Amino acid sequence: MFACLHGSGALTALAFEFSPVVEQTGPGTVTFDISGLDRLFGHPQDIAATIARRAAEVQVKAHLAIADNPDAAICAARGFAGIHVIPHGDEAKFLGALPLGLLEPSAELLETLERWGIRRFQDLAALPPLGIAERLGAEGLRLRERARGEAERKLLPLQERLRFEDAVELEYPVDLLEPLAFLLARMLNGLTTRLATRGLATDELRLRLQLEAGGTHQRTLRLPVPSLDAKAMLKLMQLDLEAHPPSAPVVDLWLGMNPVKPQAAQTGLYVPLSPEPVKLELTLARIRMVVGEDRVGTPELLDTHRPDAFRMTEFAAAKSRTAGGPGIRTRLALRLFRPPRQARVAIDSGKPSFVAADGIRGKVLDLAGPWRTSGDWWTLDPWSRDEWDIALSDGALYRIYCEVRGWFVGGNYD
Amino acid sequence: MGAAALRVQFDSFLGGSLDWRTRPLPDTVTSGIAEIDLPRGGLTEIVGPASSGRTSLLLSILAAATARQETCALVDTEDAFDPASASAAGVLLHRLLWVRCGHNAEHALKAADLLIQGGGFGLAILDLGDTPPGAARRISLTSWFRLRRAVENTPSVLVSVSRQSLARTCASLVLECARDGATWSGAAPSGPPASRLLRGIRARATSTHRSRTCSPVFTAAAL
Repeated sequence: MFACLHGSGALTALAFEFSPVVEQTGPGTVTFDISGLDRLFGHPQDIAATIARRAAEVQVKAHLAIADNPDAAICAARGFAGIHVIPHGDEAKFLGALPLGLLEPSAELLETLERWGIRRFQDLAALPPLGIAERLGAEGLRLRERARGEAERKLLPLQERLRFEDAVELEYPVDLLEPLAFLLARMLNGLTTRLATRGLATDELRLRLQLEAGGTHQRTLRLPVPSLDAKAMLKLMQLDLEAHPPSAPVVDLWLGMNPVKPQAAQTGLYVPLSPEPVKLELTLARIRMVVGEDRVGTPELLDTHRPDAFRMTEFAAAKSRTAGGPGIRTRLALRLFRPPRQARVAIDSGKPSFVAADGIRGKVLDLAGPWRTSGDWWTLDPWSRDEWDIALSDGALYRIYCEVRGWFVGGNYD
Repeated sequence: MGAAALRVQFDSFLGGSLDWRTRPLPDTVTSGIAEIDLPRGGLTEIVGPASSGRTSLLLSILAAATARQETCALVDTEDAFDPASASAAGVLLHRLLWVRCGHNAEHALKAADLLIQGGGFGLAILDLGDTPPGAARRISLTSWFRLRRAVENTPSVLVSVSRQSLARTCASLVLECARDGATWSGAAPSGPPASRLLRGIRARATSTHRSRTCSPVFTAAAL
């Protein structure tokens, strides 16, 4: 069973109050499926009365028609004023007096029908189908079906814009994280349940806190993969708020989630070990709390000859399953001293003969160098140094270098 | 009832079909160096003084793990990791999570604990190689026991690097590194140093574990 509203006002919103399947048939016309409402409201007349009452409440001025098929309901709503319920099987009789223009035939077809003297639904409905098919083709047959109120079709439902947001206005300001976390847990659980019922997940959480002192505190958390794990989200949010607390007590909370399709990936039997992305994000957030924000990540070498040139990038375990590497070679590794240790170096015949630095002291037994490196002289941050590889009497191998600021021990070979 | 009688009774109860006295050997992974295999689900300690080849061995283990497409984590207590050396050794840096602890052993221990408890890493490394012995010894045996328990019955390999053995009985394998010598090329030491090159070191990794003894020699070539 279908209902059609034809008029003005928030027709779509009114229709969504009664049905999830709503079609925007045309400007000022909305059709919706009301199958099953009889269990809630009773007879079709009662359903029509309920819709009309609600329309009056929300100030929608529209004609309403209820019929077994959408086209009959549309024609009735457009053709008759007020509320009408078309009884089952009486569609042709009910719609018979309506002008053919309501069926919106093509101009050419309408002209032909007018020349034949066919102006109302009942005139067209009375014509034999074989004759219409011969003279007017498929379009004519479809028009006859609609004139008889027998056309069956499915609605083209409108997609309601999905918003996953929740807000809480507090009765008194909250300045501690624990009660705030309690409220956040409730909001997160509600929103993730709503996402789950739609078969969705989220990859971004947006939190907006209204502060008592005025202004807002906004945080955005991006998840590495779409998730519905409310517990993990809460923990991430707690850690983020601990690291970036609001500057004043909170009076209002708003939480929004970005709906996305959940990640569908099948793990293989021989897929190497890898941390679960959301759990990893939580672990990394906890580690960042301990060691600092910029001290966790993946090193990326920079395209320069400057010593110790790298940058930290975000670690993404899921993305790391890519092509293999250049192969394993046992190389002599350098352990760097960060910062480099300032050294006192005794020079004998132009070569270092004795080195003393913090925790390092010894006679140079063997050495190679100097290796001069320099670069970036065309920038504001040039570098230039003379490097030596030395074996000290303390038993270790070091890299020392001399630059404008003096001698330094850069690291040891291990 | 004596132990022998109990053993006989237990053997007869199991029907002699099960060998319940010997512990099954753990699954092992290659370190990239012949003769050295590391146990999964156990703690391996690499110990030795500076320039003994500990880090070269560590990078070889790391390169082998990343080549197996495993996700690896390095908790770097003294911020000593050199990405250029690692890349030259074949480590795929994009598979490595590097945690820089800024000379704080306590933070390193916490970070290692969080990483291992989180799970999913094929190789987790706690580098205490340059940590002063006093600070390293302050890590209690309970902490090591906790780390070992966390990694037990998982396919992860936990490796620690330090100057001397710290985990003691908690370690499944202890590899003691010692440098046999350094290789220099070019003129004699008395000659012009600019014509000389540090070619690499020869190191020996001795397993001091009760169940496994080996002492392979490996050469770490300089860049």
